[in-house]
Amino acid sequence: MSSSRRALGLLIVTGLGLSVAACASTAEPPAPAASATGGSARAAAPVTISVGCQPPKTNPLQRKDWDDDVAAFQKLHPHITIDSKDGFPCHDVKTYDAKLAGGQMEDVFYGYFGDVQTAIKAGQAADITPYVDTITTFKDIDPSVMAAYTVDGKIYGVPRGNYKVGLVYNRKLFTQAGLDPNTPPKTWAEIREAAKKISALGPGYIGYGEYSAGNTGGWHFTQSIYGRGGAIVDETGKKAAFNTPEGKAVLQNLKDMRWTDNSMGTKQLYQWDDLMRLMGAGKMGMILGAPDVITELHDNRKATYEDFGLAAFPEAKATLGGGDGYMFNPKATPEQIKAGLLWLDYYVLTPGRGQFDYARQKATGRAVGLPDNNVWGDSPTGQKLLELRKANSTLPLENFSAYVEGSADVPLKLEPPMNQQIYQILDTPMSAVLTRENADIDQLLAEAAAKVDSVLSKAS
Amino acid sequence: MGRRPPSRRGREARRNLTAYGFLCAALICFGVFSWYPMVREVLLSLQENNFVDAPRWVGLDNFATVIEDPAFAQAWINTAAFTGLALLIGYVIPFCAAIVLNELRHAKAYLRFVVYLPVMLPPAVSVLLFKWFYDPGAGLFNQILGFFQLPGLAWLDSTDTALVSLVIVSTWMNLGSGTLIYLAALQTIPSELYEAAELDGAGLFKRIRHVTIPQTRLILLVMLLLQIIATMQVFIEPFMLTGGGPENATVTVAYLMYQYAFNFGNFGGGSAMGLMLMVVLIVFSAVYLRVSRENT
Repeated sequence: MSSSRRALGLLIVTGLGLSVAACASTAEPPAPAASATGGSARAAAPVTISVGCQPPKTNPLQRKDWDDDVAAFQKLHPHITIDSKDGFPCHDVKTYDAKLAGGQMEDVFYGYFGDVQTAIKAGQAADITPYVDTITTFKDIDPSVMAAYTVDGKIYGVPRGNYKVGLVYNRKLFTQAGLDPNTPPKTWAEIREAAKKISALGPGYIGYGEYSAGNTGGWHFTQSIYGRGGAIVDETGKKAAFNTPEGKAVLQNLKDMRWTDNSMGTKQLYQWDDLMRLMGAGKMGMILGAPDVITELHDNRKATYEDFGLAAFPEAKATLGGGDGYMFNPKATPEQIKAGLLWLDYYVLTPGRGQFDYARQKATGRAVGLPDNNVWGDSPTGQKLLELRKANSTLPLENFSAYVEGSADVPLKLEPPMNQQIYQILDTPMSAVLTRENADIDQLLAEAAAKVDSVLSKAS
Repeated sequence: MGRRPPSRRGREARRNLTAYGFLCAALICFGVFSWYPMVREVLLSLQENNFVDAPRWVGLDNFATVIEDPAFAQAWINTAAFTGLALLIGYVIPFCAAIVLNELRHAKAYLRFVVYLPVMLPPAVSVLLFKWFYDPGAGLFNQILGFFQLPGLAWLDSTDTALVSLVIVSTWMNLGSGTLIYLAALQTIPSELYEAAELDGAGLFKRIRHVTIPQTRLILLVMLLLQIIATMQVFIEPFMLTGGGPENATVTVAYLMYQYAFNFGNFGGGSAMGLMLMVVLIVFSAVYLRVSRENT
């Protein structure tokens, strides 16, 4: 997916995170961090921190929730004053890098996983390793998620949300095709069979959709090869590593589905919006995607939540993922960093509170139940989050249970270096197998690998 | 006591001041929106600049990087092919349409409106419309082919037809503007020339060949150059319809430039590509200016 598509996807995740953060619970659950530090809070010197990504005034409910949480937090920690900084979008591509370069970021600033390296390189992210224990649930955060904020053993931020790729499927079409929507495919062979049955529903029905243009083809090739246990680049990051049995299997599977099964429709060169449109229109059975896809289908494609299910990535050995979180301005004092972490512990990283206050979310009529932003995986904290989500769900959780159960232990793998250039190169084999029946997979992968080697050697 | 009328010199000074004011405004606009970006592009093409770190001068490295890019040669070939095809299709059709419209005796205004209509549609709308037309399954074009018992085409999904498909979209989108310009030129041709040709026994094609084309030679030449300049910058069609695929068959120079700048975050590389395209376009622009000057 192109960076703009990815940015949009992440914005959706962000938006959902904010919506989860909303709500005004009258009952205040205990604050673990407060109990840990509350005793010394009164004696501590006053500290003020600026924090980014406050919901804008155009989202009055979410803004009120944030402000209420800030007030409640400050009551628990009288020595801390939070100076909220309005931001919409929280990550504005037009200004983000410039603000970062100019050292204009808040003390506690928002960013995507992909921004971490940029911030560190620019000397604009503080090393918070000595203070991370302030986050009560830190030990339970999925190490593969924390890897996004860890460089050379040092920690530069904490996550707010993350996603793992799974299989989004249309339950209605499954039923129409005689498939059981409660037992979605777990293997590629099952996906093939299901796709054939959905395509057989008639003209215009597409069993399985896949990207192959505008860099999105390469992006999904990466997802698929990660899922099969393969890689895009080797451990040194300087050589292509996808001309392997796993890479061939990705392309062969697509080629078979397209030309042998005829289950992928006749039109190809899909980009992000195309698959969202087709899924939203209820004519496409399955695509690879994260929970934010369902939000997109509901919010912008007039689809209903109940029509979609989410399963784990088939046969997944790893899953491509991403997310967002907070970093700290290097100009921040240790006291400010600790105060910032206390706020993040309160608002961002405690199940049942702040962004995970599902009771408040349910009370204000918002959708609860999408299996997103669980940065704790299958740990006790992750389980607690799932229980709270279940207790307050407004969506049919069973539609997503295959994803929750199947993804918990699948390690998250981040995007390769020079990813957009690599994705552009990998668009070629993806589009070739989907548009040309006689495409030579070995040749396509060899040529793509040579091109990627060239890109990586220049970059290094 | 009435006010003393301003002296002649005063009136001239005021007039000049007004003129200089307008000139300054124009210069500022050009400076900010045209010249500065061009200078900046030249500088960027010689720098490694991610707008985070301080820019680093890298000489011609960015040019070397994009030239060594496997998609670079393909992008230029595709752009040249698109331009050539656009001339074959998109240059001839508006001229023929203008001749037909000029010859019509009835429903002139209506047909001119119909021909110009696509220009009024936002390009993105036109492109999306064709995206449906080109659908190999339910698309309009294959439905029409099917009606005549002809096999359907893969249109955008085949390396053989993708680029031609983009040219058809481009031609349709720009047909109205070209036709109107040609029509205006045709209407300046004195009717006596046609009458004389008719008296000499010239049929329609001979009248076109010996009267219409020679009389519109200048506008034809100018339009040819303008079309080359415009079509070499083709971006929206590959961007929205094919994403450069299939297999890089529709990657153009402008599309690759966009990829470098906004997807790869390599503004230096994007600027280097832009600069190379600019040099080529400058050559055509210079020819255009020379032709215009020689014929006025």
